[in-house]
Amino acid sequence: MFDHLDLVKLIFGRLTWEALPLHVPIVLGTMIVVMLGGLALVAVITYNRLWGYLWHDWFTSIDHKKIGIMYIILGLVMLLRGFSDAIMMRAQQAMSFGANNGFLPPEHYDQVFTAHGVIMIFFVAMPLITGIMNFVIPLQIGARDVAFPFLNNFSFWMTAAGTVLVMMSLFVGEFARTGWLAYPPLSGIAQSPDVGVDYYIWSLQIAGIGTLLSGINLLVTIIKMRAPGMSLMKMPMFVWTALCTNVLIVAAFPVLTAVLALLSLDRYVGTNFFTTALGGNAMMYVNLIWIWGHPEVYILILPAFGIFSEVTATFSRKRLFGYTSMVYATIVITVLAYLVWLHHFFTMGSGASVNSFFGITTMIISIPTGAKIFNWLFTMYRGRITFSVPMLWTMGFMVTFTIGGMTGVLLAVPPADFVLHNSLFLVAHFHNVIIGGVLFGLFAGINYWFPKAFGFKLDEFWGKCSFWFWTVGFYFAFMPLYVLGLMGVTRRMSHFDDSSLQIWFEIAAFGAFLVLLGIISMLIQFYVSFRHRAALRDVTGDPWDARTLEWSTSSPPPSYNFAFTPLVHDVDTWWQMKQAHYKRPEEGFIPIHMPKNTGAGIMLGGLSTIFGFAMIWNMWLLVVVSFVALLAVAIGHTFNYKRDFHIPADEVARTEAARTTLLANHV
Amino acid sequence: MPLKKTLRGLLLLPALALLAGCNAVLLHPEGDVALQQRDLIIVSLGLMLLIVIPVIALTLFFAWRYRARNTQASYDPEWHHSTMLELMIWAAPLLIIIALGALTWVSTHKLDPYRPLDQLSKGRPVAAGTRPLVVEVVALDWKWLFFYPEQGIATVNELAAPVDRPIEFRITATNVMNSFFIPSLAGQIYAMPGMETKLNAVINKAGEYEGFSANFSGDGFSGMRFKFHGMSDQDFDTWVQQARKSSETLSVDTYQHLEQPSEREPIHFYASVAPGLYDAILNNCVAAAQKCADSMMGFASDARTKAPDMHAMMRSGDAAHADAAVAHDAMSMSMPMPAASESKSAPAAAPSGHTP
Amino acid sequence: MSDTHAHVITSDANSAGPLQFHLTHEHHPENGTLLGFWMYLMSDCLIFACLFAVYGVLGRNYAGGPSGAEVFELPLVAVNTSMLLLSSITYGFGILEMQRNRLRPMLIWLAITGLFGAAFLSLEMYEFLHLIHEGNGPQRSAFLSSFFTLVGTHGLHVTFGIVWLITLMVQTGKLGLTPENKRRLMCLSMFWHFLDVVWIGVFTFVYLMGVLK
Repeated sequence: MFDHLDLVKLIFGRLTWEALPLHVPIVLGTMIVVMLGGLALVAVITYNRLWGYLWHDWFTSIDHKKIGIMYIILGLVMLLRGFSDAIMMRAQQAMSFGANNGFLPPEHYDQVFTAHGVIMIFFVAMPLITGIMNFVIPLQIGARDVAFPFLNNFSFWMTAAGTVLVMMSLFVGEFARTGWLAYPPLSGIAQSPDVGVDYYIWSLQIAGIGTLLSGINLLVTIIKMRAPGMSLMKMPMFVWTALCTNVLIVAAFPVLTAVLALLSLDRYVGTNFFTTALGGNAMMYVNLIWIWGHPEVYILILPAFGIFSEVTATFSRKRLFGYTSMVYATIVITVLAYLVWLHHFFTMGSGASVNSFFGITTMIISIPTGAKIFNWLFTMYRGRITFSVPMLWTMGFMVTFTIGGMTGVLLAVPPADFVLHNSLFLVAHFHNVIIGGVLFGLFAGINYWFPKAFGFKLDEFWGKCSFWFWTVGFYFAFMPLYVLGLMGVTRRMSHFDDSSLQIWFEIAAFGAFLVLLGIISMLIQFYVSFRHRAALRDVTGDPWDARTLEWSTSSPPPSYNFAFTPLVHDVDTWWQMKQAHYKRPEEGFIPIHMPKNTGAGIMLGGLSTIFGFAMIWNMWLLVVVSFVALLAVAIGHTFNYKRDFHIPADEVARTEAARTTLLANHV
Repeated sequence: MPLKKTLRGLLLLPALALLAGCNAVLLHPEGDVALQQRDLIIVSLGLMLLIVIPVIALTLFFAWRYRARNTQASYDPEWHHSTMLELMIWAAPLLIIIALGALTWVSTHKLDPYRPLDQLSKGRPVAAGTRPLVVEVVALDWKWLFFYPEQGIATVNELAAPVDRPIEFRITATNVMNSFFIPSLAGQIYAMPGMETKLNAVINKAGEYEGFSANFSGDGFSGMRFKFHGMSDQDFDTWVQQARKSSETLSVDTYQHLEQPSEREPIHFYASVAPGLYDAILNNCVAAAQKCADSMMGFASDARTKAPDMHAMMRSGDAAHADAAVAHDAMSMSMPMPAASESKSAPAAAPSGHTP
Repeated sequence: MSDTHAHVITSDANSAGPLQFHLTHEHHPENGTLLGFWMYLMSDCLIFACLFAVYGVLGRNYAGGPSGAEVFELPLVAVNTSMLLLSSITYGFGILEMQRNRLRPMLIWLAITGLFGAAFLSLEMYEFLHLIHEGNGPQRSAFLSSFFTLVGTHGLHVTFGIVWLITLMVQTGKLGLTPENKRRLMCLSMFWHFLDVVWIGVFTFVYLMGVLK
């Protein structure tokens, strides 16, 4: 490790000019475009003198609503990156037949599919889920913020730091070429000596710390900060699913941290955990990473289930059917999530009894999941359903997810998995549940809570366009992959010999193009809604005539969320308040105790990025410096004892009076 | 809106029809194991459709029936519980999963890749005393090496087996994990360095079938394919003779050359094989300086990923090796390895070994 | 948990009178720091669980290298263990003083705790360096990899604990035993005892069982 202790090596490690993609036109082009875009953004911000605003009101903010929004923006931006990888893969596979080798050589294609998986799970789905939980949970439980507001800001910046590292890998060096879980020995130092796997390790490690801390934070928030009267069985369904998700996060992410740490030791120190020689055991990595990886799937889907529960009840204008059985179904899924990991590698050759055990536990998960689907179904039964955009996404989910669930149970039958494992059938299955479940849920959630966050609704027309393009595009993109799977086509291929397969890849590429239109429609939707924000304005704070507490306050909510802490008597608190003709208090305001902003989170995030980058490139001097700086800032932060302040009563009174006037003018 | 969905469903129908006609090998396999796996897929899908179709139909129907504009439909905003319905909601999937679970338990045991076959195809049991054709498979970067210990030959990127004779594959890899998969023959199983997995299968019809690695293994992965030939006994003998006539033999040197990463390697036949080479590969000790994993104390050996057995070592004709392995169990943990140099399965010896 | 706030509800759905839907005074939820820190400890515990599991799988893969019985020096480890156990006791005395609001005695106990911790670390460093010097570093075999990682991770935690301890001594020295500082001292207390518990696992599972077999 310290063979060449010359100064240049010490400072720059293995970073040389070679690391820049000056000889790869596609990447160079992307890099230039991204850099120009970045420069333009910086110019616009500077020109409009927005840096101060961004710094004080957003980057250093410990307001859970703003942090939630920042998470969601991060997730949507990364969705664009992850999707461009998807388009490249679809294009490559649609053209790379016989003599034509497509436009991506294997070493580039392999990075693309690895990055696609990593980004979509860790830097799209996770930030979006965390963002929505962050924004919604304190509002739904009638709290002023999360339990640890600074920690929340820090978690966000750690996630952002991981994202920055992943994005850097595109332009400086390379990303892993191993598939999204980086199985050794392929990801070991002997087979992958370059920086790709190190980018993978450090971006996940840093973002993972953020996720774990945010999981603890939200868990304590839900347990300790519920409004008086809100017993566990009176929590909104979304809070229940979020509770279970955060339990899963706290109990699963440490395993990821540990397994990635062991992989880094193998790579950096030369230990023999997962090596072929000297007693290492690569299969242990596969086991450990799936002990994290399978719960991860439920970490993503459970909050989506919660969103669908809220949306279905609201838009059917009806109480959620079978609340209690929904709660128990969620808990059962949470527990079972830990008992199924081996179904990801039946083909490793465990015995028949082990395989059937894990196959059957997997199938059992479909029972509570099925019960949930039925519960949504009977929530719609005898309702008055309005097909606003969130409800459309929910409908799309119920049909699509059921199909995905079915193929999932099929894959849980070990002998069937022996032929379908690693095939495009599998790829189609998990996109079927992740797009049809998680992503549709997130889009439903974004459309549903957008007016709460920004004070105006999203445009319906472009929202519907987006829904139809996505849904139809999804079926075109992934049904052919089911077919290809049955034709014995395996995943992660960059080239095919059999030209009879080509038509199916072309259909899939067309599907990806439709999804692209869906994404563009969504961007247009944001733009159009922003332009027409006056017309789409939500004055009441309750644009959907909804049922839970977040809709009782204004849109967007004041920094303190609720002038007075709500008292809860029912699951559908706000609905009950409306039924009882609840009158908003207009006087008697009291000072409100709030946490203060801090810049420590962004500084720690920035230093972690530098530390990660230095580790990746073996810049040992910078490693030491940035680590010491990290410690110093962290310790320095603990010397800051003045972390809260009171919003004076008259300021609360002014804010609330403004809302009273607004409501009066509106009616 | 539901109408559009139905239309989309209709659009998918011709796709299914196309599927039936096209080369969906998993639906028309020629090996008995794969055929049973196919049947299992169809039965399981049928069982699940029992519940999936009503759910989708009800979703669309309720969406249409209880749309806000349909003021005729009953509206019951407070109705949220029905014990009877809840029971059904939980019971229906439960019953299906009980059925499917039973099916899973039975079929997983019956189709366990490690279990010797008991039938050649439906209604044709394997005759007592039938010895399976043993093929030792090694996944290299990025090609397949096949040893035929019975015939004493080896091949690269081409595999053949007589029709209706059980085959027992013993599978390992050199550097990275791969997955050995011939869709028409049987399901896949991982090929992992330092470990051995097994697959029992039989091909029922003569023909040429696709085989490949189904687990991503690096840049050359896409080209890691081979042809599997199902042959009559006679043709198989001819094929073996052809290999034996090859001018190449697989010595340790040839192997070490072959082991270097290469893509789209042409087919090779080797007339003979250095004794014990497969075991040396499995134990990561082909190179003279390496100690064999099985001769080092305390190698993790669960039943499935075992080090080679005594038979394999006897067969290699290397008595010293076998002795060392006997001693292996007796030696205490703390003993340093003076015997290591003897216990190398010295494949550097004369390559003539098995060739008649 | 569900009943913690029950007393606040002035009227429930069945009783007469209009329902109250908000509190008129400021609501102070219970502080969640200790609960949050517990959760952190449990997640940390899972990291150790993974490392123990890895040791369980690889702990006999000597790859021709030495076994535990050959390299472990039990007397040294016994001294080491007693250092850590004593440090837990002295931290306990420190907390007792904290509860009596006696700053100086508490600081003295904390300093003693820190010294015991440092002694533990020095002995561990000696053990590690000795092993590496003999050619039995973490690269030698999977057994040694998992041994170094499990014990080293614990050592890293202790190091971090000492840094934290010093920070807290400075903070309490400057600002006294404020509620925040007391809360922090309680968190570190949990952390310190947690490391003790983990070490007992390491001592039993790695050293004792390693020497026995």
